[in-house]
Amino acid sequence: MWEHFHHLADIGVRGTAATLEGAFEDAAVALMAVICNPGEVTPQTAVEIRCDAPESDILLADWLNALIYEMDVRKMLFSKFSVHIDGENLSAVAWGEKADPARHQTAVEVKAATYMELKVIKNTDGQWIAQCVVDV
Amino acid sequence: MDRKLVKQRSEYKWLLERTGKMRVDGIIYASEALITEMDNKVAEQIRNVASLPGIVAASFAMPDAHWGYGFCIGGVGAFDPGQDGIISAGGVGFDIACGVRTLHTGLKVHDIEHRRTDIADKLFRRIPAGVGSTGKLKLTPQRLDEVLTGGAVWAVEQGYGIPRDLRFIESGGQMRGADPAYVSKEAKKRQEEEMGTLGSGNHYLEVQQVVEIYDEPVARAFGIELGDIKISIHCGSRGLGHQIGTDYLKQMTLAAKSAGLELPERELACAPLDSQVGRNYLAAMRSGINCALANRQILTHLVREALAELMPKADVQLLYDLSHNTCQEEEHVIDGKNKKVFVHRKGATRAFGPGSPDLPDEYRTTGQPVLIGGTMGTSSYILVGGPQSESLSLGSSCHGAGRQMSRTAATKQWHGKDVARKLEQQGVLIRSASIRGLAEEAPGAYKDVSEVVEVSHAAGLGTKVAKLLPLICVKG
Repeated sequence: MWEHFHHLADIGVRGTAATLEGAFEDAAVALMAVICNPGEVTPQTAVEIRCDAPESDILLADWLNALIYEMDVRKMLFSKFSVHIDGENLSAVAWGEKADPARHQTAVEVKAATYMELKVIKNTDGQWIAQCVVDV
Repeated sequence: MDRKLVKQRSEYKWLLERTGKMRVDGIIYASEALITEMDNKVAEQIRNVASLPGIVAASFAMPDAHWGYGFCIGGVGAFDPGQDGIISAGGVGFDIACGVRTLHTGLKVHDIEHRRTDIADKLFRRIPAGVGSTGKLKLTPQRLDEVLTGGAVWAVEQGYGIPRDLRFIESGGQMRGADPAYVSKEAKKRQEEEMGTLGSGNHYLEVQQVVEIYDEPVARAFGIELGDIKISIHCGSRGLGHQIGTDYLKQMTLAAKSAGLELPERELACAPLDSQVGRNYLAAMRSGINCALANRQILTHLVREALAELMPKADVQLLYDLSHNTCQEEEHVIDGKNKKVFVHRKGATRAFGPGSPDLPDEYRTTGQPVLIGGTMGTSSYILVGGPQSESLSLGSSCHGAGRQMSRTAATKQWHGKDVARKLEQQGVLIRSASIRGLAEEAPGAYKDVSEVVEVSHAAGLGTKVAKLLPLICVKG
């Protein structure tokens, strides 16, 4: 499940899932939903992403920032994600397509995933939550 | 803000007394109404900044302060390298050297009355704006390094503007001490196709009309008359700056532990000025400043080209260019002594008063123009740095309206097409790449910029010179 949470100047993105990887994948969908409607993006091209960080929350920021980087340099939008986490290392595939102003109603660029409200935790229901505020 | 958190010192000055780990007091400039609206988080962030090593004078917040990352937006803090002072990537933010440039056009309202639609359409076609937009200029890594050391000076050398432009840009259009070697290849890659682009969100290009003059002599010195058409550009260092912020936020966070720095909030990630990470960031951040200066210079060139085709009598000259997300080395009087300190301004504008050696001759006796952006439907203001701004706020003033409603709430309240239609009825032509973006940027989502400006004026941070209303707004 993905959702946005309140931040006055910007937007919080949150993924909640039964697994850590699932929460990271849903947080990525929440990130995309800041920029466009992920439902309008065809997952036709795969991009591999790797990053590493000593703490799981910094790894989440790295993951979202890696997606922001790929979107920026490839001029792509993404809609589907597969994440694998092994300790400090994340490897993932993001699927999407070239941004097309005629088909994709984009709202705003995301400058970066911040460390504001940055959390990767397992709640009392056993669900993983991965969240942070993104700067737009 | 909970009034128990602050003590009122004068009509527009509020004190957050030094307690706990704070090394200096916190000072907020605000009216009763603005302080009431401010989030308690602003007070917390002012206190956190006040606890950082080497901070001098005070941890300041300008009248448009609101909850940010690490520093509040509207936050100002100066750090002394001689007292183990720090530099903070979070204190500058992700949009390094985001700022405002205002241009004279040599045109009056009656000159453009019958060409407004043509001008709006042409500017929208010429100025790359919105998600994924690219500029015509494609830079190799080597040429990009030249941009990062040369700034607007590089742009003018390439034919994007005239040498006179540089006189009216902070730091003469080129930030010294930049070193592209400390900018990651990812940051450079992001900028390959983004030179001369506006971006999205709250960035804009506006054609504006001068509707009110408050200070005739200063307005004359600035070249402002009633009925003038001015053009203002609000944007920053694009993908390169965002990536520098991202890279060094992580590096500083991880290095903080080994440097023994206790961070009250991770977004306050910082490093001692006298450390490898601190020096590297300074060199990279200065490269980001040059990127932003070059970007606004190229956009100015595009404006000149567009206007020349439609309005041959147009004469586009710079009024001023300033950045409101920076850390700059400046000399200030601290505890009665002149000191070189590193001043972070996060969503705050430099507002140097008369006599400052950093100003061009034309503005040396008046003080610097302080350019305050409004929203698509409300006024922008030009202030002048006051003689007291140095002692009040280390020569700083507000930077804009500041949001009062989240983007999510704004899209629930308004539809972009309705926002554009309503603004058009008010006489503002909107050209935007994004309908949803227009809803998120609806004027009602922002605070009343006039109140922020009135307080800056009354508090002595900057003196009102002129008010401008938008006629055309190009948004990303």
